[in-house]
Amino acid sequence: MSTVQFTLNGQSVEAPVGKSIFNIAKDLGIAIPHLCHKEGLAPDGNCRACVVEVAGERTLAPSCCRSATPGMQVHTDSERAVKSQKMVLEMLLADLPEQGYKWLDDRAEAPHGELSQWAEHHGVQVRPALAVLKREAVPADLTHPAMAVNLDACIQCNRCERACRDLQVNDVIGLAHRGAHTQVVFDLADPMGASSCVGCGECVQACPTGALMPKSHIGPQKVDREVDSVCPFCGVGCLVTYQVKDEKIISVKGREGPANEGRLCVKGRFGMDYIHNPDRITQPLIRKAGVAKDVSLLDGHTDWREVFREATWEEALDLATQPLNALRQAHGPKSLAGFGSAKGSNEEAYLFQKLVRTGFGSNNVDHCTRLCHASSVAALLEGVGSGAVSNPVRDVEHSDLIIVIGSNPTANHPVAASWMKNAAQRGTRIVLADPRITDIGRHSWRKLQFKADTDVALLNAMLHVIVHEGLCNEAFLKERADNVAELKAHVQDYTPEAMSAICGISADTIREVARAYATAKAAMILWGMGVSQHVHGTDNVRCLIALASITGQIGRPGTGLHPLRGQNNVQGASDAGLIPMMYPNYLRVTDKSAHDWFEKFWDTKLDDQPGYTVVEIMHKALASDSDPHKVRGMYIMGENPAMSDPDLNHARHALASLQHLVVQDIFLTETAWLADVVLPASAWPEKTGTVSNTDRTVQMGRQAVLPPGEAKPDLWIIQQIAQRMGLNWHYAGEHEGVAEVYEEMRQAMAPAIGGIDWARLNAGSVTYPCVSADDPGQPIVFHDHFPTADGRVRLVPAEVILAAERPDAEYPFVLITGRQLEHWHTGSMTRRATVLDALEPAATASMCAADLRRLGVQAGQSICITSRRGAIELQLRCDEGTPVGTVFVPFAYVEAAANELTHAALDPFGKIPEFKYCAVRIQPLSAQPA
Amino acid sequence: MANATRIGLDQVRQQLRKPRSQLKGRQVSDEARVEVQALIGMPPAGGHRRDLLIEYLHVLNDHFHGLFERHIVALAAEMRLSVVEVFEVASFYHHFEILKDDAAAPRITVRVCDSLSCSLAGSDSLLRQLQRELTGDVQVVSVPCLGRCEQAPAAQVGQQAVACATAETVAQRVAQKQTHPNALPDAIGMDAYLKNGGYQLARQVAAGLKDPESIIQVLESSGLRGLGGAGFPAGRKWRILRSQPAPRLMAVNIDEGEPGTFKDRTCLESDPHRFLEGVLIAASVVGCEAVYIYLRDEYHEARLLLAQALADLRANPPCALPRIELRRGAGAYICGEESAMIESIEGKRGEPRLRPPYIAEVGLFGRPTLEHNFETLFWIRELLEQGADSFAAHGRHGRRGLRRFSVSGRVKQPGVKLAPAGITLRELVDEYCGGMAEGHTLYAYLPGGASGGILPARLADVPLDFDTLQPHGCFIGSAAVMVLSQHDSAREAALNVMRFFAHESCGQCTPCRVGTDKAAQLMTADIWDADTLKDLAQVMGDASICGLGQAAPNPIRCVLDYFPHEVGAEVKS
Repeated sequence: MSTVQFTLNGQSVEAPVGKSIFNIAKDLGIAIPHLCHKEGLAPDGNCRACVVEVAGERTLAPSCCRSATPGMQVHTDSERAVKSQKMVLEMLLADLPEQGYKWLDDRAEAPHGELSQWAEHHGVQVRPALAVLKREAVPADLTHPAMAVNLDACIQCNRCERACRDLQVNDVIGLAHRGAHTQVVFDLADPMGASSCVGCGECVQACPTGALMPKSHIGPQKVDREVDSVCPFCGVGCLVTYQVKDEKIISVKGREGPANEGRLCVKGRFGMDYIHNPDRITQPLIRKAGVAKDVSLLDGHTDWREVFREATWEEALDLATQPLNALRQAHGPKSLAGFGSAKGSNEEAYLFQKLVRTGFGSNNVDHCTRLCHASSVAALLEGVGSGAVSNPVRDVEHSDLIIVIGSNPTANHPVAASWMKNAAQRGTRIVLADPRITDIGRHSWRKLQFKADTDVALLNAMLHVIVHEGLCNEAFLKERADNVAELKAHVQDYTPEAMSAICGISADTIREVARAYATAKAAMILWGMGVSQHVHGTDNVRCLIALASITGQIGRPGTGLHPLRGQNNVQGASDAGLIPMMYPNYLRVTDKSAHDWFEKFWDTKLDDQPGYTVVEIMHKALASDSDPHKVRGMYIMGENPAMSDPDLNHARHALASLQHLVVQDIFLTETAWLADVVLPASAWPEKTGTVSNTDRTVQMGRQAVLPPGEAKPDLWIIQQIAQRMGLNWHYAGEHEGVAEVYEEMRQAMAPAIGGIDWARLNAGSVTYPCVSADDPGQPIVFHDHFPTADGRVRLVPAEVILAAERPDAEYPFVLITGRQLEHWHTGSMTRRATVLDALEPAATASMCAADLRRLGVQAGQSICITSRRGAIELQLRCDEGTPVGTVFVPFAYVEAAANELTHAALDPFGKIPEFKYCAVRIQPLSAQPA
Repeated sequence: MANATRIGLDQVRQQLRKPRSQLKGRQVSDEARVEVQALIGMPPAGGHRRDLLIEYLHVLNDHFHGLFERHIVALAAEMRLSVVEVFEVASFYHHFEILKDDAAAPRITVRVCDSLSCSLAGSDSLLRQLQRELTGDVQVVSVPCLGRCEQAPAAQVGQQAVACATAETVAQRVAQKQTHPNALPDAIGMDAYLKNGGYQLARQVAAGLKDPESIIQVLESSGLRGLGGAGFPAGRKWRILRSQPAPRLMAVNIDEGEPGTFKDRTCLESDPHRFLEGVLIAASVVGCEAVYIYLRDEYHEARLLLAQALADLRANPPCALPRIELRRGAGAYICGEESAMIESIEGKRGEPRLRPPYIAEVGLFGRPTLEHNFETLFWIRELLEQGADSFAAHGRHGRRGLRRFSVSGRVKQPGVKLAPAGITLRELVDEYCGGMAEGHTLYAYLPGGASGGILPARLADVPLDFDTLQPHGCFIGSAAVMVLSQHDSAREAALNVMRFFAHESCGQCTPCRVGTDKAAQLMTADIWDADTLKDLAQVMGDASICGLGQAAPNPIRCVLDYFPHEVGAEVKS
């Protein structure tokens, strides 16, 4: 690196070319006041608090925006420089209100955050002559549930704007008008709560003076403690710092992490108070004798005390375990099943599957990965030999082109989406391929709004173009791929013209996008549940693997395959073996050597046959008594199949029909209502453990507060059950022996996380594979081989298969289910988070204006959606991104549970249900919008 | 666990809070989208050009007599921008009138200039009278300098300029709905210009018959400097630009907003092709592939004329033309600042950029950019035809060259005066302006518009040129000379220009945004708080981003230095 020699405050300094004077001074311990400058934001130089004197220059220079040149003589502390620094502070302070919103600690006399801090640094006080000229007060804007806007404390530094636009690319905040009237605005100077704001709170985090504040943390900023952890919501894995006061998390800060660099979304920043919700279960509950497991209990009108009584832990654990033991005794190991959770820690997942495998005695263990990316994992294991991503999300910054298919990342992976939008700002072309055009569409180069269910047609046509036009990377295929000829022959008939008729995308556009992808220097594919949740989900992913392989767009920075993981720990839970056909680290239970290894490792006989998957277990619960594999007892930790499974009436009846159901959760979920014993568990911020995000990065979550009442850490509960099932486990150490559990798991998963010991995780996040202590971790894999038997990718052709249930005259619309930004999964957490609930208080069905007109209904009107399996009532929302003939319903709302409508048809490989497609009809309920 | 809270909560949810019936934020209405599409057209294959945002806002603003919020939302969608990206730009420029959807747009807007020369000529009472008399759907507003100081008081009815306006002449135009720009019959047209040897030079330069180096040498030896105010030597600028990597762009500044300045308009309205030939020569010598001409929006007459001249040029090009785009300002003095103008051409808020990097290196659309004031280019043909000496031979008091002075205020014959550089104010008034106006004796003068400071009559013999006024705390800038008499006061003049700066500050940096506003308030006091004003002056001068803020304290300092008796301050020793 080349350097320059210059003089700073009389001292000779050598510094890198291009480094700002501000940063050079900072490294030397020279403090310069600054307000508009914030690390992570592009320097802007507007506040002028950091001006310094450069010999020979007519005016002062903003040190944040000036780099040193050879021989330059700079003074940060000359009389002239300090005069202007102080004047800037005084001028700004003169306009700020007496009572500020962001006190330094708890000092009311320093009420304006960083401005007060620098004013104190320079001993600046506002002279009366300027104090009397204080600008007119602006009324507060308190319209947003989470954030208070007090522009009387605004210094127009535009940090909020840069946060909103340069970092998160939500493009809501701007500075409007000019001169002394320059004002921070949302959209068209709309109230924040009525604007397009998505509530990420990046502006709040950026604001130096408290003009933008979390409502929960205004005034004194002093807290009892700050606890570093990781966000409990989606798979992006943002690092957070909880602000704890009076044993409550009062606010959350984004922390520098590999996946988020301090960014958060509305859930992570403002959705944490679910843990303090009065609905928390704080005592073990026992179903009262004689109270039937009636699904009508889920109507939301029943008092829990009519169904359950409180019990001690001793009693509850006994009553939870004894029937499981008895059923195993009477009907064999296959009569029991367990659902673990992708929301818990790696350690919980590991212990849970170990409990089922060694305690229940079968492989009947699964979790919600079955409902999200099971098909992706099936195809990836078959094709590339690993179910995880090849490249991290942030690798999009190295991509020339990215395909986002079947994914709504701005809602479901908001911080990941921010990296995609950042890339687009720098020129990366985003291709959005999705039946629904969502917010990422505005940042896309091409939008392929293909007809729902026609993924394979579209993707095969792209493959056809690439093969037909000689755009394959033949060298890559020759060296690293199998089954190439078969694939090429297979796609021969899938011409763009022929497929255009099926998928609805013009042949020209298919060609254009296929060429762009194939010829990009680096191109990456990211997908979500729009790809996986089909009966042809595995085929969809096979096509994506083929696309990446025939073009050689894998194994390098900015390329590869990235199934965006939904749950915060779905990657880790799957890795840990919380799936019925695999032990930890994806070793198949049918693999003799793996089986033997684990028998030895756990010192127990193990079942060598795969267990049943989520939906299969529900079927098995309703199997006839004569079925030797009928499931009669279940232990469900942190999952809510009574909301998340397809065809809920069926699933709920299955759960209700169990002889014994133990549910361990933090709320009385829809599933818990059908339980015999409910064990009050701990929320994520109440326990310590690790999680693995979508990028394969293992990160540490730390306990910030104690669980409420008698609620216990999940790890403790699992061990108590295990003990009562006769397992001789001993995990010593704090937090229920979590470190020892991790270290045991590490042995079982040495090829993945062997190099990441507990102490290393405590120090920071590490991405696996990481096989030794000096291995930095490998964010990008498949550089020169695939972890398949022969080291080559296996290409698997896919046929066009139709959805299991197509619209017809009786049910003419297609239902697509999914999530929305504010609500997590089945809503059990987020609907109990004050802010998130306020933002999205009730279920809606989204349709485009053309369909609304066609049906003669209006946005806001109540409708009934009926499928062959159920009916729900909810309100219409106009969303022009929804394709004609289609209705979109988020599945988080119990009062209008979308999964009452969905179809339980399964992908034959991944066993994932077809949540993304079934036939419904729509009837208006009220004449006018309510 | 709370008692039976689920029931209550769900019921409350159902009863109290309705979900949104649309996506977050404002949604585009079909009607507004159709209206916008009808005016700006359907997006071309690559989408609408981002840099045309201000042009599109003009189209909407002209058509609907304001910018309705629904159209802003629709325009944003059409341009694939967020709503705030459009709103922040629209709200920056005073000529865009943002209206609520249920508001009524004014049928006619009457603008009355409130800048110093017009103020001296009674624009305040004219404004008050018009505001009293013209009501209903006629809106009467005061505006900063219209660039017609020799015609003070100046007004505009819609897009029609009214010289030496009276309540009667304005009301008459309003009554007759005369809102279209006046015709300019006296301008030299294409045919006349060609007949007089016009465009031969441009043709020769383009054909390679004239060596770029020799042309640059002529500029250098003539001593021609940038005539927008900064005075950077023109020849050196061309040389620097030629060494920059292609593609290079050119931007022409006709945002003649410095109060008191009207020379560019005067020249443009008389001989537009002389200017365009200068553009072609500069673009050819420097190698600019596109030229953006930024014309202040107040000059509607000149815009029509220039558009016609460009059309005539394109119809009969003397050589291969670079791409030339004519852009409209939208009521923002700051866009006369070179980097703010570039931002504005890019369709953004006119906020000056921090330098370095200089725009010669990183300018318009990130490319090396040759930026010139109108008049600088207007001189090119003459210099090349007549030789450097024809220019350099002029000058007084040891200065070289010619300057076009825009003289206004208390003189008998205000107007644009082509005079030797270095002429003194006294000589200028006596020899070129017929002396002081009847009943007026010289009291003070502003040698360089609003920014150049205020000098007392005792300094009327200082040569007026670049570099000669700095020792007196002033500068000549665009050579806009405003003359005050014994009937005027320096403090009123200083307050007028400080209010102008406060009005025109882009608001980006603290010293200028807060400083101009606070100073303007402090300057209304009978006795000035000299300490505070000096502190404000220092931080504005030292720490502002651009020339506006840096020069804004000049009138404060001049009043304290030269006219302390007017503000009760100690006379400076």
